[in-house]
Amino acid sequence: MKVSRFWAWATFIVGASYFFIPLIATFEFSLRMKRGEYSFEAYRVVFADPRFQATFGYSVVVAIFTILLGVLLVVPTAYWIRLRMPWLRPIVEFITLLPLIIPAIVIVFGYIRMYGSNSPLPFLASVRGTDVLLIIGYATLALPYMYRAVDTGLRTIDVATLTEAAQILGAGWVTIIGRIILPNVLIAVLSGAFLTFAIVIGEFTMASLLNRPAFGPYLQLIGANRAYEPAALAVISFAITWGCMSVIQVLSRFAPKSANNPN
Amino acid sequence: MADPFLSIQSVRKSFGNVAVVKDFNLDVDRGEFVSFLGPSGCGKTTMLRMVAGFEQPTSGTIKIGGKDVTYLKPNQRKVGMVFQAYALFPNLTVAQNIGFGLRVAGKPRAEIEARVKEMLGIIKLPDFGARYPYQLSGGQQQRIALARALAPSPALLLLDEPLSALDAKVRISLREEIRSIQKRLGITTIFVTHDQEEALSMSDRIVVMNEGRADQTGTPFEIYNKPTTRFVANFVGTLNVLKGTVVNAANGQVKIGDDTVMLDSDLGGRKAGDSVSLALRPEAVSLGRNDLRETSVAATISEVHFLGSVIRVRAKVGDNSVSLDTFNDPSAPPPSAGSAAEISFARRDLMVLDD
Repeated sequence: MKVSRFWAWATFIVGASYFFIPLIATFEFSLRMKRGEYSFEAYRVVFADPRFQATFGYSVVVAIFTILLGVLLVVPTAYWIRLRMPWLRPIVEFITLLPLIIPAIVIVFGYIRMYGSNSPLPFLASVRGTDVLLIIGYATLALPYMYRAVDTGLRTIDVATLTEAAQILGAGWVTIIGRIILPNVLIAVLSGAFLTFAIVIGEFTMASLLNRPAFGPYLQLIGANRAYEPAALAVISFAITWGCMSVIQVLSRFAPKSANNPN
Repeated sequence: MADPFLSIQSVRKSFGNVAVVKDFNLDVDRGEFVSFLGPSGCGKTTMLRMVAGFEQPTSGTIKIGGKDVTYLKPNQRKVGMVFQAYALFPNLTVAQNIGFGLRVAGKPRAEIEARVKEMLGIIKLPDFGARYPYQLSGGQQQRIALARALAPSPALLLLDEPLSALDAKVRISLREEIRSIQKRLGITTIFVTHDQEEALSMSDRIVVMNEGRADQTGTPFEIYNKPTTRFVANFVGTLNVLKGTVVNAANGQVKIGDDTVMLDSDLGGRKAGDSVSLALRPEAVSLGRNDLRETSVAATISEVHFLGSVIRVRAKVGDNSVSLDTFNDPSAPPPSAGSAAEISFARRDLMVLDD
């Protein structure tokens, strides 16, 4: 008993140090901008940098639209496949996995060829069009996570019977998806949304090659040119990620309860 | 007779080459409680789902209240349905579940609240409005599901094996409750079940289904006592089948084992020397001679099961095995296996089965 406990703790400490030491070191380094004393000078510089505010704000907005697009695309698709076309599932699963296999750089070069200003769909001819294309591209990148999260959520409820119960009570498709299906897979959708957010905030390739002022290219720019600020930005990024996780934890307490999820 | 409220005419349903419902005809009067009874795979649920609108018939018509609804979507039929798996919405409270249909119909809030309260009273769960489905037992969930189906005042109530998932005690109390609510509201109801006891105890009429067809339609009394096909006779209740040979078709003489018995019923065109299958309910057979049961035949006791108040006896008559029940008599010990005995029955209780 005692021995196994010792090894459990030892494993935990090794794992935790692997994770925390670089983080602590980065944090410590980020505090040393002023010679001879610890200060939050690097953070002050970063937060005061208008480019930080602009790029971060831009990425957050893009992330929100990406999540909306992802939910609108994935929830009805995954629902319909579960309900009416289960034979299509392996094919759709394969398609949703493609973004993991095809590098973002390949996708973005494809976009540039397909949607250039001379093409029938000239997304890249305007700034707004490029933003839309970026959001579509991000939704594609997030597809493997979003689809899996939602599909797993749908597995926990009896989709077919709940649909029929709602139908016989007079509900149409929008009501069924909006009031019955979506609320019951909300936790799954939220975890998919969180993963999407994390991907979009740090994404570099697409934003850089489409020349949009996102947070990823800004991180790269600062990292190449400054000493202390990149460390501060890394810590900020971690804080944001953890913040997202806590928000999801809190939200899940208000989530609908079911026999499978009684707490 | 007034026009039937629900009318199912020549309905046929095939999935690919397999016909699961064949030439189904049924008229149901307003306020009637009709059961579809049959083994699994007999097409009873498919027929119910066609009435609900979840499936469309390959041919035939379905009319509710005189209106052809054959190809109408389920959400336009104003039909209530209760499912075997309850199917309460897990994200909504009991009150929201019951009020769902009214909310979808755009009813004012006050009206929904009043109706939900009324329904909770009817199902005798008045204080359960704020709970979630996962906090309820199976029986409670199914009562909520019934209230949800009834809240929008549907014209027709469909029950798809609503008691199958419940344990025996709850099943019996809930079936009485469903029947009494149904009678009180006077709502036309179709009830699908594979449980003959449920069908016999609850229904005004029963449709016994076999391989996609309605084998027999009648009151529980008719179905049990006058089955018209061998399938119905076998499926509903326990049945003893006696193989015999026609001795004289004109006066109904049939030889069973070593004895010859006289029949009241028509032999259906059989001639002397033809074989015939006769059926007898266990409760129509008694051990020994009986003043009310004029026919008796020689038998050998093969098994005796003492069940307390009832003793179930199996006896051999020729090659046939006959099951019969007798009440326990404290002053007389039960017969022993292997002993010779006489069994008696009334000839009017013998049913001639179609082959």
